[in-house]
Amino acid sequence: MPQPTADSIAIQTNRLTRSFGSLVAVRELNLVVPSGEIFGLLGPNGAGKTTTIKMLTTMLPPSSGTATVAGCSVLANPVGVRKHMGYVSQMISADGALTGFENLLLFARIYGVPKAERKKRIDDALAFMGLTEAGGKLVRTYSGGMIRRLEIAQSMLHRPQVLFLDEPTIGLDPAARHQVRDRLKELRRSFGATILVTTHDMDEAEDLCDRIAIMKSGLIAAEGSPEELKRQAGTESMDEVFIHFAGEFSDTANFKDVARARKTARRLG
Amino acid sequence: MSPAPGKPHGDWAERLNPAVFLRDTAAIVSTELVKLRRDPSEIVTRSIQPALWLLVFGQVFGKLHAIPTGKLDYFSFLAPGILAQSVLFIAIFFGISVIWERDLGILQKLLASPAPRGALVLGKAVSAGMRALAQGVIVYVMAFAMRIQLNWSPLALGGVMLAVMLGAALFSTFSLMFACLVKTRERFMGIGQVMTMPLFFASNAIYPISIMPGWLKVVAHLNPLSYLVDLLRALMVQGGTSTFGIGTDLAVLTGVLTALILVTSKLYPTIVR
Repeated sequence: MPQPTADSIAIQTNRLTRSFGSLVAVRELNLVVPSGEIFGLLGPNGAGKTTTIKMLTTMLPPSSGTATVAGCSVLANPVGVRKHMGYVSQMISADGALTGFENLLLFARIYGVPKAERKKRIDDALAFMGLTEAGGKLVRTYSGGMIRRLEIAQSMLHRPQVLFLDEPTIGLDPAARHQVRDRLKELRRSFGATILVTTHDMDEAEDLCDRIAIMKSGLIAAEGSPEELKRQAGTESMDEVFIHFAGEFSDTANFKDVARARKTARRLG
Repeated sequence: MSPAPGKPHGDWAERLNPAVFLRDTAAIVSTELVKLRRDPSEIVTRSIQPALWLLVFGQVFGKLHAIPTGKLDYFSFLAPGILAQSVLFIAIFFGISVIWERDLGILQKLLASPAPRGALVLGKAVSAGMRALAQGVIVYVMAFAMRIQLNWSPLALGGVMLAVMLGAALFSTFSLMFACLVKTRERFMGIGQVMTMPLFFASNAIYPISIMPGWLKVVAHLNPLSYLVDLLRALMVQGGTSTFGIGTDLAVLTGVLTALILVTSKLYPTIVR
């Protein structure tokens, strides 16, 4: 089986497609994300961002086409993909009935962090995310920003090469957003992780991402660095870049996406 | 610190590695136990129902002498049936937890990890077994207080623990399977209610199969709960005997559990799609 692609490529898709009945959510997507890049996947609700992440994280089989993550094929070697990636879902997914430490412990065990290393690895991850004091408290007492940081800590425990974050700052207040972004940049600096992030916040995309792809109706409408995209759209404002490439507004937002985003926002208070 | 080197791993070698399977099952179980220890209220509230069956139903039906229970008095006949029933009731709604975890996003994270799907399912099943064991202690205390002649031999007690674990694992996996199929809490609650009573009444829990009409006998023989009750009846009370044979009971329960785990492991990832 031809498995590892060049070491310098973290994520590659080849005509990746997924349809649901007659709806084509992602249409022949070709994407190359080099190692160590922070890559932003943007687009209106229903553009296919979450479907793309689901396929790349092996949660959803593609209808056609292929993709590799960290050199492993999502079709031929999904377990290899899962070993080398971290995932933070759009939802607030830490278990409120457990402490921060216990949440991380479960995943340290499942990812096979050796027993002798677990405590140190978890303590380091909590410290990195500024959660040392909160580590022994139940997660249901955490603020939204703390939960997000805990989830990022969890996703990095096994030192994945590629990190997927689906709307990591949705529903957070500006200070918490800033903190999460700051930690993500630091993660890339310290561990050299490749990060693929989806967001609606164009300023965030500009601040965080080396390169951006704007999706519309399952296709990539534009791709490049924030500067390049601004030049192409002939504007200085990232919001206008978005409107230029993705259209003024979208009526394709699917009910499930909107309901989920609202639920997450509500849970974050 | 640098990232781990990116050596791709073989999918099948990983899936078939029993050490990984057991490690991940144990991780799920110990997490569930932490939660149960922190909030054991479910065990207490769920013990009300078996108490009612033993105290109210048992008292009244015991006086009737209408049910042929062989050498056993009706209480001794009923107690293993009620233990099996409490195992069924605690396990059959277990599937709701996986829908809940899906809605919270916890399940997505587990499925995004390399943990074998079978280990995630078995971990849940064993956790249900642990809950059922705690419930079993309460049923034993009630039975003891009602002066039912229990079999205290270590072998019998060990057998009862095994039977309770097996039964809870079986019905919780059955419940997880349904959760994967129906996918929403509302539909699941409806189905959970519909499943429990037929399973209970079409079994030998409160009356022997011998007095059932022919069609119900067939259903009772297809019902795994009958084999759990039969096994418990042989082990739990003094003078209790098995109708099907302990070997048959164990084989049926283990076989059905294995089949359910295989099917549910396949269905598990579909719940997040």
